[in-house]
Amino acid sequence: MNITRLTAMEIREKVINKEISSKEVVKAHLNRIKELDEELNAFITITEEEALKAAERVDEKIKNGESLGKLAGIPIGVKDNIITKNVRTTCGSKMLENYIPPYDATVIERIKAEDGIILGKTNLDEFAGSYSTESSYFGVTKNPIDTERVPGGSSGGSTAAVKAHEVALALGSDTGGSNRQPASYCGIVGIKPTYGLVSRYGLVPLANSLDVVGTFGRNVKDATLLLEVIRGYDEKDPTSMEIEGSSYLEKLKEGIKGMKIALPREYMNMDMDSRVKGKVMETVKLFEILGGHVEEVSLPHVEHYWATYYLIVVSEISSNMARYDGVGYGYRTEDYDSLDELYIKSRTEGFGEEIKRSILAGTYILGSKEGREYYEKAFRVRTLIKEDFDKVFEKYDVILTPTTPNLPFKIGDSIKNPFEMYGSGIFNIPANLAGLCAISVPCGYVDGLPVGLQIIGDRFKEANILKAAYALEEELALGGENNGL
Amino acid sequence: MISKEEILQLAGMCKLKLSDEEIEIFGAMFSNVLEQVKGLDMVNTEGIKPLYFLNSANKSLREDVAGDSLDREEVLKNAPEEEYGYFKLKKVMD
Repeated sequence: MNITRLTAMEIREKVINKEISSKEVVKAHLNRIKELDEELNAFITITEEEALKAAERVDEKIKNGESLGKLAGIPIGVKDNIITKNVRTTCGSKMLENYIPPYDATVIERIKAEDGIILGKTNLDEFAGSYSTESSYFGVTKNPIDTERVPGGSSGGSTAAVKAHEVALALGSDTGGSNRQPASYCGIVGIKPTYGLVSRYGLVPLANSLDVVGTFGRNVKDATLLLEVIRGYDEKDPTSMEIEGSSYLEKLKEGIKGMKIALPREYMNMDMDSRVKGKVMETVKLFEILGGHVEEVSLPHVEHYWATYYLIVVSEISSNMARYDGVGYGYRTEDYDSLDELYIKSRTEGFGEEIKRSILAGTYILGSKEGREYYEKAFRVRTLIKEDFDKVFEKYDVILTPTTPNLPFKIGDSIKNPFEMYGSGIFNIPANLAGLCAISVPCGYVDGLPVGLQIIGDRFKEANILKAAYALEEELALGGENNGL
Repeated sequence: MISKEEILQLAGMCKLKLSDEEIEIFGAMFSNVLEQVKGLDMVNTEGIKPLYFLNSANKSLREDVAGDSLDREEVLKNAPEEEYGYFKLKKVMD
């Protein structure tokens, strides 16, 4: 049996049925990491010892006939901006190179409580602030499908690790597409839950009003399983919501007969790679064959998404990054003669170039008269964008869009043309601005590179997007399987 | 357009020191961004309320009950330098 080829669901079943031990599962995946990760660089930290201990505890529970959690024995990667107790959490930054948190994020507590096994911390753009995983202090992560290309970002370490079968599941975070764009680029499933469904306690903030923790798997069921474990109200996160809801897993099989599906006219008319558009349109037709009713709708503010998002995200980034001052924790410069010099040198030496540009931009917006006016304007346009979606969801269950307008680009290309890279999240950012749920699901390959379909749902209507994604996956039988490694 | 002087002033507010190259790259990028941002002028937002935060409606505050918090010694383990339970800095005169 090739253990690393199993789905997360299969791993759990086989561990519980004693076909394989949890320790065997962990060892097989650790071997896979040792074999591949020198080239891929998906992980910043590998927690071999802790993982083997956790596996022993699961095997012990099985031996004693104790009840097992929903993630029993499943190897999981965690994006390195999610706090893990006693395990270094770097955010891909020199600033936090040696930061060892004294507590677990709520999502980590929940994974551990369900017997999931964390194999390590995955690479990301510095503080999750870009779209290619090239801005990490710990080096570039490569796309397992084509190692000359980026895995997307910011959660590129997690998506590369899942795609390469180094882990079965992973956690990411999504501020403006950081779960969906890399899921699309790596040909796996990535879920961005509704803002408030999953606790953000212990997620190092990039932009608090947009950030969410999300999940990855090689198929819809697996990614849904992890979401089911981490969701739910947490009193430590004042923006988390108490939402009653039945199991998503039980709803997956309901199918999409009669589902009302919207296709935004303005999105499909945008300038994009014709191969991506072609593949997505083929997939849209499949939804009709499966019993869905597809109709064109209007989402008119698309040309203002990027400016609105940018104004909000860099403002929140600049506020959040103010906490890194070299005093309480994080990087401190060696030599300084005044307090100001301590701050300036620690921050100048500790932050990377891209995050510095966001801090400067955010400070301009919050600190200048002109910037402030546009900042206020952005939040009003955000209201209009949300209202566009509210209107569509009055009549429709889900919205279909390409996840990205382009295919994974070559490593180094984004430095030459940053705006093209920022544009790769254009279809993703409205879900963050309006707090909606969305999923990226593989819909096929063109010229050997994966294309993702984004399915957007109304707030807290995860069941709809998951059902639609599952129905598609059943039909395509892709299951996120790769033609790369 | 954003001038070099404005960028240097910004860097001071952010407690960052920029190289000439960084000033140039940021200036070019941000001038482009400001052009794009001006596109928002076309949107009529008269009478529209700003959406700062989602989920702000129907939220009640929890009871203020004392509970466990992080251990001081544990927390200070991440300080670059500490002494007597405080963060420690070199002697600086400001």
